[in-house]
Amino acid sequence: MTAWTDISGIRHKIADSSAEEVTASYIEKIGKSRINGFTRVSEEALNTAREIDANGHNGPLAGVPIAIKENISTKGLSTTCSSKILEGYVPPYDAHVIEKLKEAGAVILGKTNMDEFAMGTSTESSYYGPTFNPWDIERVPGGSSGGSAAVVASDEAPISLGSDTGGSVRCPAAFCGVVGLKPTYGCISRYGLISYANSLEQIGPLATNVADIAALMDVVAGYDNRDSTSINRENNYSDALEDDVKGMKIGVPEEYFGEGIDTRVEKATWDAISNFEDMGATYEKISLPYTKYALASYYIIAMSEASSNLARFDGTRYGFRANGDNWHDMASKTRAEGFGDEVKRRILLGTYALSAGYHDKYYLKALKVRTLVKKDFNKALENVDVLMGPTMPTPAFRIGEKIEDPLSLYLSDINTVPINLAGVPSISVPCGFADGMPVGLQIIGKHFDENTIIRAAYSFEQNTDHHTRRPPEVE
Amino acid sequence: MITKEEVEHVGWLARIEIDEKESDAYAEKLNSVLDYFGQLDEVDTEGVEPTYHVADIVNVFRKDEVTESMPQEEVLANTEHKQEGNFKTPKIM
Repeated sequence: MTAWTDISGIRHKIADSSAEEVTASYIEKIGKSRINGFTRVSEEALNTAREIDANGHNGPLAGVPIAIKENISTKGLSTTCSSKILEGYVPPYDAHVIEKLKEAGAVILGKTNMDEFAMGTSTESSYYGPTFNPWDIERVPGGSSGGSAAVVASDEAPISLGSDTGGSVRCPAAFCGVVGLKPTYGCISRYGLISYANSLEQIGPLATNVADIAALMDVVAGYDNRDSTSINRENNYSDALEDDVKGMKIGVPEEYFGEGIDTRVEKATWDAISNFEDMGATYEKISLPYTKYALASYYIIAMSEASSNLARFDGTRYGFRANGDNWHDMASKTRAEGFGDEVKRRILLGTYALSAGYHDKYYLKALKVRTLVKKDFNKALENVDVLMGPTMPTPAFRIGEKIEDPLSLYLSDINTVPINLAGVPSISVPCGFADGMPVGLQIIGKHFDENTIIRAAYSFEQNTDHHTRRPPEVE
Repeated sequence: MITKEEVEHVGWLARIEIDEKESDAYAEKLNSVLDYFGQLDEVDTEGVEPTYHVADIVNVFRKDEVTESMPQEEVLANTEHKQEGNFKTPKIM
C-alpha cells in the first residue's frame, strides 16, 4: 500500500516528469473509475498542463490537478448543479475561486457529482445518477459534495472544492475518510457559486490531509467585491500547521451525542478526544441547548432562500426549456420537468413558508431561533477554544436506504447544520472506523479562527494514523 | 396541515406545474416535514431579534460608474431562443 499523494508529492512528481504526465495519469484513472464521482473531465486539462510545463512551474499549485463541484462556475466548462434544468449550460465566466486557482497554476481536472442543487446528504438525487462510496460501493458517499469527496478518497484527484450549506463538505468528507473544511461565512467569495441558500453556504476545500486544506485556503480565500458578504481580512492558513495543542481547551457538546448516534461513532469520537488529552489539551462537557431546534430552523431558512434563488431557472436564458402556450405555461412546465422531486419539494415548502399567512409562523420564527442557536455558540466559545463532536451520527448508509423518506435524510444533518446557522468554521478529519467505514471528527472554532481548528486537526493527524488507511477501490 | 388545493396554489406561486395526481403525494410528504417544523412553536422567542445574516457587515456601496460588461453574444450563447440580441420567450400575456 502506498501513501496518499499530497500536494507536495504531486509537485515532486511534476518536477521529475511533467504536469502533463501527472494530469494524464489522473485522467486515465478517472476513465477506469467505478464510483461515478466525476460528471465530466475538462477537455482543456491536458492543454493547461502543457502550458504550465512550457511556462515554468510558477504558482503554489503549479500543475496540481483539482476537481470542482458541479455548482461552481467554470468558464467554458459545463456547470449544471447535477440538474436536468441546467443541462448543457456553459458558464461565460469563472467563479472567484476558479480565477484564484488558475492564477496559482492549478489544473481544473473536471466537475464532480452532487445532489441536485446541493439539496441532499447522499449524492443520490443527481440527474447523473448516484456516486458510490469508494470504501463500499453499496453505500452513499455522503452529500451534497459526494463527488468531490469520493474522487479525493479514491485518488482520482488529489484535492477538490465543494460547497457546504448545511454540512455538504463535512458530511461526505466524514463518509469518505478525507478532510473537509467549512470556512467562516464570508471567508471565501461566493461569486460564481450557484446559490441554493445564500445566507448559509460557503465553498470549502477537500483533501487527504490537513496541510493541503491550508494550502488550498491560502489560494482561494480572500476579499472579492463581487460578493457583498465577502469579508476583507488577511490570513495565512499554512501558518497554523503546528503540532501543538498544549493547553487547548475543548468543549464537547452533549447534544452531539444524542438519540440515534451509532455507538461505534460515539466511541471513535471519545477516543479522539482522549488522544487530544494525551497531547496536552483538556476537555469539558458543555451544552448547546438550542441544537434540538437547529434542524427545523435550518431547513425552513434554506428552503425559503432556495425558493427565491431558484426562481431564475425558468427556461428563458439557459438550460432546458419545455414547450408552452405562453410564458407562464412554458416556465411552469420547464420547472416541473427540469427539477427533480427533492428540489421541487424544497421550493414548494420554501414558497409556502414565505407566503402570506405563514411567513411569521415559519420563516420569521426560524430566523429568531437562528439567533438563539448562534448565541449558544458565542457563549460556549467564550470559555473554550474549540468544540468537538462526531461530524455525522452514523457511518455512511446504504444507497436507497433513506432517499424515499426526506425527513429521515434531514435528521442525519443534526450535527452539521447548527454550524451554518451560526456561520462559524468547522473541519472534519478522519478519526476511526465503524463497520469498516470511516468516521469523521468535527472540530468547530470561533468566527474567523480557522487557524485554531486547522492546528487542532493537524496535530491530531500527526499523532494518529486514521488518515493513512485507503479505501479498497484505490488499493 | 397543507391541503391538496394549497399544494396546487403554492405550485402556481412557484411556477411548478403540479397535476392533480401528484398533489396528493406532495401533500403527504410536505405535511410530514411541516409537522416536524411545528416543533419550533415550543421555543419562546419573545423579544428575540431575527438573524437574516451572520456576517458583521453593513451595506456595501460603490460609485455608479460604467464598467466593462459581458459581450452580448456570450450572454446569449446558452440559448437557441433569441432574436436581434434579445432572449425570445412565448407570449407573456
